[in-house]
Amino acid sequence: MITAAEVHVAIELTVNARPASFAGDPSMPLLWYLRDHAHLTGTKFGCGIGYCGACTVHVDGVAARACVTPMSAVAGRSVTTIEGLAHGGELHAVQQAWIEEDVPQCGYCQAGQIMAAVDLLRRKPAPTDADIATLTNLCRCGTYPRIRKAIRRAAAQLNAGRT
Amino acid sequence: MSAVSDMNAVSGRAALTRREFLHVSVSAAGGLAVTLVWPALATAEGATPPKLPPAVSQPLGSFVRVEPDGSIVIGARGCEIGQGVRTSLPMLIAEELDVPWSAVAVEQLPYGLMAGRNPQEVASRYGPQGAGGSTSIPDAWYELRQAGARARWLLIQAAAQVWQQSAEGLRTQDAHVVHPDGRRLSYAELAPRAATLTPPSGDVPVKDKSAYRIIGHATRVADARDIVTGTAAYGIDAALPGALTVLIARCPYFDGSLGELDDAQARRIPGVRQVVTIPPPRAGAPLERNLAAGVAVVAEDFWSAHRGREALRIRWTAGPGGKDSSAALEQRATAAFAKNGLVARQDGDFAAARRAAARVVERSYVEPFLAHATMEPPNALIDLKGKRALLLASLQSPGDASRMINAMTGIPRPDIEIRLPRTGGGFGRRLQNDFVAEAVLVAQRVGAPVKVLWTREDDLQNDFYRPFGAHRLSAALDAAGRVTGWSHRVAATARKWRAADMEDESEWVGCLDRDGFPAGCVGNYVAEFLPVDFQLARGWWRAPLPTFAAFPVETFLDEIAHEAGQDPLALRLALLGAPRELDYRDHGGPKFHTGRLAQVLRQAARGIGYGRELPRRHGVGLASHFTHGGYVAHAIEVAVSMQGGLDIVRCVCAADVGTIVNPLGLEAQFMGGTIDGLSTALSLEITVKDGRIEQSNFPDYPLLRMARAPDVEVHLIESEFPPCGAGEMGIPPVAPALVNAIFAASGVRLRRLPIGAQLKGALPQSQAAS
Repeated sequence: MITAAEVHVAIELTVNARPASFAGDPSMPLLWYLRDHAHLTGTKFGCGIGYCGACTVHVDGVAARACVTPMSAVAGRSVTTIEGLAHGGELHAVQQAWIEEDVPQCGYCQAGQIMAAVDLLRRKPAPTDADIATLTNLCRCGTYPRIRKAIRRAAAQLNAGRT
Repeated sequence: MSAVSDMNAVSGRAALTRREFLHVSVSAAGGLAVTLVWPALATAEGATPPKLPPAVSQPLGSFVRVEPDGSIVIGARGCEIGQGVRTSLPMLIAEELDVPWSAVAVEQLPYGLMAGRNPQEVASRYGPQGAGGSTSIPDAWYELRQAGARARWLLIQAAAQVWQQSAEGLRTQDAHVVHPDGRRLSYAELAPRAATLTPPSGDVPVKDKSAYRIIGHATRVADARDIVTGTAAYGIDAALPGALTVLIARCPYFDGSLGELDDAQARRIPGVRQVVTIPPPRAGAPLERNLAAGVAVVAEDFWSAHRGREALRIRWTAGPGGKDSSAALEQRATAAFAKNGLVARQDGDFAAARRAAARVVERSYVEPFLAHATMEPPNALIDLKGKRALLLASLQSPGDASRMINAMTGIPRPDIEIRLPRTGGGFGRRLQNDFVAEAVLVAQRVGAPVKVLWTREDDLQNDFYRPFGAHRLSAALDAAGRVTGWSHRVAATARKWRAADMEDESEWVGCLDRDGFPAGCVGNYVAEFLPVDFQLARGWWRAPLPTFAAFPVETFLDEIAHEAGQDPLALRLALLGAPRELDYRDHGGPKFHTGRLAQVLRQAARGIGYGRELPRRHGVGLASHFTHGGYVAHAIEVAVSMQGGLDIVRCVCAADVGTIVNPLGLEAQFMGGTIDGLSTALSLEITVKDGRIEQSNFPDYPLLRMARAPDVEVHLIESEFPPCGAGEMGIPPVAPALVNAIFAASGVRLRRLPIGAQLKGALPQSQAAS
């Protein structure tokens, strides 16, 4: 039975390299903690069932769909959102490539696309077309061809930086 | 003020040619109470943008101001829904202002109304701000270049005063006015003086095309950095102190009502503040406000509202369509063809042509209801504070939202502030403001600012759907294989049904492309509409009529060619005939140019290497369409496996949308339109069973994903015609080009959308065995 006097143990986590604490319902999805409580609205709501990827963030560096990740699952973990991807004023290579290739149309899904692409490049520094095709984030505007170009551009940029 | 009335005349003429989208424009539905003052020609009075820091920034008309540091701020007036107007509209101004694009900061303008000359009047501060019918660029082409040129004129006059010489010999370059002797004054230096001058009373000269440095040059999305860093503000991101979040449980039956409600559990959820009910629209009445009866859970955040909504116990009462289904609808559509319908156009005598024909071809096609499924679901944050209102929402038609809030609250329209955040897709969904009406209704009950959020399930099940239609096409051919007669009969759920803004429209508007090709190219021609009943709201869906019309017409042309042993490209070109203008009375007219359509067809064919030898089980399909004044053709190559697997090998899109404003933006629109077309043709449909929508989220409304999205080779044809916009033209030819390609590859003719699983097991034995 739920009562208005519901009390929860605080969940401690790190959000964009800063400590954070949440004392609400541990079943609340990370997405709504980020949007409604941490006021980080760059992470978007698209489907609520983990299907479209608009809410993609990183949990301990790995892509996760925040709309189906309960707060209880991120206790003690480090969450990075689109707002935390750039370092200071310097954009991540993937963000820069998104601008160079003029990827966004409406732009709503792009935070999730970028977070998914960063995760892909972590796993596959030189992704093939087949690797890129494993990305399942939806884009209603149809920016996929430019996303592919931007990922290749970012990969080249990152690989050049490594050598 | 004679110039002002001239502008109204221009606007009025344009409006007549796009009756489908009358409700989008600022001038429509405002009735007698509205007087328009067009911004490019507005006098200094009332032409100041809001929220200017006092005495530092210098406004030069409604769209331009120069900051003390010399940066040039240009206001973007349109609703940015992904069509690129936040970039392309300021480009027009910057070009004529004669500033480098790199020096421009773009700033989104709010919806702009000001008090008119008497208390009943309101005036538009910035001109058309809605997004619909691909009209943003054509509406702005004259006005916003004038706005830039007039600001430049003021700066030149200021320099003439400083130098105490005639303005005649002065020119501008890179945000400076240049004296004949080479001296220069920056716009920043001149702005304070320029801002005090009286604007010119009439038009000022604009640049010759050869002098363009911004128009026609690839320009990236102006606020891309905000998007990629997550700081771009969308409607769903809006916040106000004390605002409460609202989720609404809506009646799943159209025109149904609330039977029983037990909200005791919901009220006990932590964070839930109130539960209020929302009345349904009057049964059978025009759909002017919210779409459905609802129970609204008002809470402190999304999650508590969601939990509260889940805890509601509701029994809904079905409406008159409570037992209806898509299957029954299709039966009614089939039966409708037995009767005579409304003839929207008749040339010559089709029946006589049919009797005299050497060959008659007849085919039927079916197209489903479609949902818009914008990535950002509908939302609205409203604050009703006594005699004022503030609306923050992702919109396509802020003018309609303003009128609706005024009608619901009595707040004078100039006191309703509407900000225009970046918007996560429109596709026509947000031409409706039902979600704003919900926010108003709840805010009135709650007495606090409220933010209504929709989930994906809410969105797919409470849309204004693209109409369902069955098409019957008949062609009469003479002994030489020439098309001598053409009949297009459409049995569809009328777009006009209960549309609040279409009362003066004909029944067939939005469902029958009476003047579309091959109308005017075939001597004996008839276009006929047969309305079919169904209880479901209908709306405009990206390139609404062209998308609906292109599939049957362009597929049928392909079928005629194959039936008559002709090449599908040659048949189209022969029908188009000599380059000439034909009358086109609906949106995109008043003329349709056969030569421009032929040119994009040829270009698409060249692009894909039409006629070359193809690998086994590969095929190329073509289609073209005239959409909202633009001409687009697609050539698609597919491979179809023996098992019915479909691979889209190549996609070529050729487009002539007149003068090119931003080639990079145009390429994006045609790439995106093509992929939207593929996505929709392959998999998307909304169906009804037992009076309820069957689809509920993306798994059963599956947009195309990366793995299946091809690259799109876009060929832009520069033409001397004025620009006509580009947001919608990229989609209509896609579905027919795709099914034509599938036929060429496999011999399987698909006449029903979406394609879905129709290819599985459909390959003719002869093909499968070979």
